[in-house]
Amino acid sequence: MSMRSTPRILGAALATAVVVAILSIKLNAFRDYQIAEIAIEVTAVAGLTVLTGLSGQISLGNGAFMAIGAYTTALLLLHLTWLPFIAVLVVAAVATAVAGAVVGVAAARLHGPYLAGATLLLSVALPSVAYAYPGTFGGDQGLNVVFTTPGFLGVNFPLTRWQAWVCSAVALVTLVLLANLSRSRVGRNWRAVRDDEVAAALAGVNVARARVLAFVVSATCAGMAGALLAIVTELVAPGAFTITLSIALLTAAVIGGLGTLPGAVWGSLVIVLVPTYATDVATSHGLSTSVASNIPVAAYGVVLILVMLVFPQGIQGGVRWLLGLVGISAARTWREASVPDVTPPAGKAPASQHEALLARGSDPPESHEKEGTQ
Amino acid sequence: MVEFLQFTLSGISFGMIYAAIALSLVLIWRGTRLLNFAQGGMAMFTTYIALEVIRHTGSYWAGFAVALAAGVVLGAVAELVVIRPTLGKPELNAVIITIGLLILLEGLAGILYGGQYRSFPAAFSVIGLKAGSTPLGVSRADVFVAVAVLAAALLLAIGFRYTSAGLRMRAAAFNATVARLSGIRVARVITVGWALAGLLGALAGVLVSPSTFLYPNSMDSIFVFGFTAAVIGGLDSPAGAVVGGLLLGVALSYAGGYLGSQGSDLTALVALGILVVVLMFRPNGIFSGARVRRV
Repeated sequence: MSMRSTPRILGAALATAVVVAILSIKLNAFRDYQIAEIAIEVTAVAGLTVLTGLSGQISLGNGAFMAIGAYTTALLLLHLTWLPFIAVLVVAAVATAVAGAVVGVAAARLHGPYLAGATLLLSVALPSVAYAYPGTFGGDQGLNVVFTTPGFLGVNFPLTRWQAWVCSAVALVTLVLLANLSRSRVGRNWRAVRDDEVAAALAGVNVARARVLAFVVSATCAGMAGALLAIVTELVAPGAFTITLSIALLTAAVIGGLGTLPGAVWGSLVIVLVPTYATDVATSHGLSTSVASNIPVAAYGVVLILVMLVFPQGIQGGVRWLLGLVGISAARTWREASVPDVTPPAGKAPASQHEALLARGSDPPESHEKEGTQ
Repeated sequence: MVEFLQFTLSGISFGMIYAAIALSLVLIWRGTRLLNFAQGGMAMFTTYIALEVIRHTGSYWAGFAVALAAGVVLGAVAELVVIRPTLGKPELNAVIITIGLLILLEGLAGILYGGQYRSFPAAFSVIGLKAGSTPLGVSRADVFVAVAVLAAALLLAIGFRYTSAGLRMRAAAFNATVARLSGIRVARVITVGWALAGLLGALAGVLVSPSTFLYPNSMDSIFVFGFTAAVIGGLDSPAGAVVGGLLLGVALSYAGGYLGSQGSDLTALVALGILVVVLMFRPNGIFSGARVRRV
């Protein structure tokens, strides 16, 4: 993504905003709800894809950060009813940023599965606090959230459409900011740390600070996604922040194409739309409830496996390859990276090299030639 | 004092189940440098198979044996069909595939058996044992759990140390390239590792289900704690997996026992605390070797 200029990013974001606005007006309330759901997913997944794809740290704990953002939002809207949502969103983002800094500092020395284990346990443990302190967090029942359309839109403006607009706006702003961040010095430092910590440190990069900062950015995105989730579902309960959520976020990031922001969008579309679509198909064929409710689950599992087998670089990798077929540049990356490595010494080295190739996106092809022959 | 003994003994019994899951994760990690998120799902599925067999034959041990065999088959088939094609691809791809496999298995279990909670028979009496007149807090079934996992772990350890197949597996885990050059069929060794992991997972599923009930997600939390145990012990160390499992089982038992109802809500938080403390001092687990990183 390093070749993209700021005007191009802003143009793409504006175009998307117009398309989303038109869609939300043309489509029915349920589709509006789905748009909001996808936008929430995009916000969280974009943060995670930056963390895992660019700085090389895996996190299965971003569901916990979403929970922090959602509970902060619910508590603020409950106790400080006069606060406008934009201020609530900012407070939720700051609260999760602080939480992200704490986790990031604790995790700075951990790598690979050790980091995955610690963050996975975080996403399991944190929602249980809500059960243990029902007085503050509402326990199993959770907290209700009241969210209404602003007065200037008139009384007949559908709430779902307003929710879709708010969520999409936040998602787009997040994407623009992340795109700029990843092209900046910060993003370059992350890539350097991901590719080789020792070399990065020798080149003057503060490795620990880069790693913690990546966690803060990713947690902030997840926190904002949690705040959006609170106002869309109008209920914040621990049942929404299971281990399944955290795993779904990582899945979306990898399925879409790790380290790429368009990939975050593709991945979010897959994990929101595939289960709904499969449910529609299953129920329209008049199957029994236990079968009809589980076929989407099984189908979703199959889709995950197939996408990973067919597009090793995620959907964005596949898109680049297709663009390459019709002669648009940047396809080379995918072809280079998908050359199978027959003998991985310990599995780790070639993988990180592939990841490096993948996440560099549209760098000039010469650098890949070099890397590929090493 | 009696309470302490009870909590310790029941903690050991549960800890051995975490140890079994941890051990299965370690086996796969050493062979493929991959975390198998489907481990719990595979165990859940083989336990459903065991339940079917028990229902049809009326024999617990027939179900037990079939579950272990099914675990072996499921592990090997999973490795051959969906994991092998990811060799040399980004390492997270295989992880996502195991997540897909987990979701697929949970969906299939829901389609075939429905989502309701099913009770699963225990091998032995679940009535608490007593020493004289003091209840020990564990039953014959709990003792069997501990003994079965311990026996499996010891058999594995002996197999690894004293058989040529074990030597091949250790060589392949130590350095796949050199092992391959010495004529070891590393791919086959990896498949065997997955099969053994499937067996251990199936064992854990059959052993834990009498106390947790059986439903498509029933192994999720067992997997999380098994994974935690493996991380605490160090993912490269089978001994670490057993120690980590026991440590976690006993600690969670104390938390649930002494902290009252709030304690049982916060078990995951207690586990997180232990994990954070251990990783603070040993970032690669208690039993990690010298720190080696490629430069």
